[in-house]
Amino acid sequence: MISSSFWAMGGYARYVWPCFAFACLVLAWNLWAARRFRVAAQLRARRAMEMAAVEET
Amino acid sequence: MWTWFYKLASPPYVYGVAAALIPWLLGGAALAMVYGLIAGLAIAPPDYQQGEAYRMIYVHVPSAVLSLTIYTVMAAASAVALIWRIKVGHAVSAAAAPIGASFTLLALVTGSLWGRPMWGTYWAWDPRLTSELILLFLYVGVMSLRSAFEDPSRGDRAAALLATVGVVNVPIVHFSVVWWNSLHQGATIVRLGAPKMPGSMLWPLLSMWLGFMLFFAAVLCIRLQGEVLNRERQSTWVREAVKS
Repeated sequence: MISSSFWAMGGYARYVWPCFAFACLVLAWNLWAARRFRVAAQLRARRAMEMAAVEET
Repeated sequence: MWTWFYKLASPPYVYGVAAALIPWLLGGAALAMVYGLIAGLAIAPPDYQQGEAYRMIYVHVPSAVLSLTIYTVMAAASAVALIWRIKVGHAVSAAAAPIGASFTLLALVTGSLWGRPMWGTYWAWDPRLTSELILLFLYVGVMSLRSAFEDPSRGDRAAALLATVGVVNVPIVHFSVVWWNSLHQGATIVRLGAPKMPGSMLWPLLSMWLGFMLFFAAVLCIRLQGEVLNRERQSTWVREAVKS
């Protein structure tokens, strides 16, 4: 069990916890956005491949 | 050495290396950050002047260091792309810019949250804070310039030029606390002589620093794969890669 003094952070909780929460948000956004960007690029490449196959036939 | 350098100019090689590195980099980042967070938040003692508020350094310092490191990586990749006309350089630069902008914003927001209890204000037009804000504008400028041209190769060249010229701001951010009177504290870790922090506070910080660096490398690899796919869409190797 984590004591309440840990969460209180010596009276600085309203600065310390938002600081760590924003850091988590930035890290999560980076990972999510990068993966989304790669998936979109893979879809575009696949579409280009299908278009090329259609043109060949 | 040169063979390795030339290999790095090959998009399929870069794509494959990035794919192999991603799980290791993410795993290493997770381990380093978990240790850094536990040791930094729960084990390290409070600071004798700043009390518990100093714990914000465990995200502020790594993000601030990363904001400068990423810009240097972006500028170096841009310079390589401009001088040797290596297209992968533009891809690295494009992949690094949004990551760098997000970590610069994180450094500014966490610094401002630290500034309120320590300096009594969220923001001051202090040399360190102002030059870091300029760094954020440079990142946004590089990203905007790249997408401002209909011809992507012209956008790449213009963005690379701005990124290369803008690197002059990196030493300004770093040395601003030495060159001018600043509210911001001076160097604590990267300085001549031993670090000013005791080991119990320093090791978690170094661990978070390593974790952030590995995380950046992982996210850069993921974005780089996307950039390479976008740029090489018509190549045979991309068709093979997408098929598999």
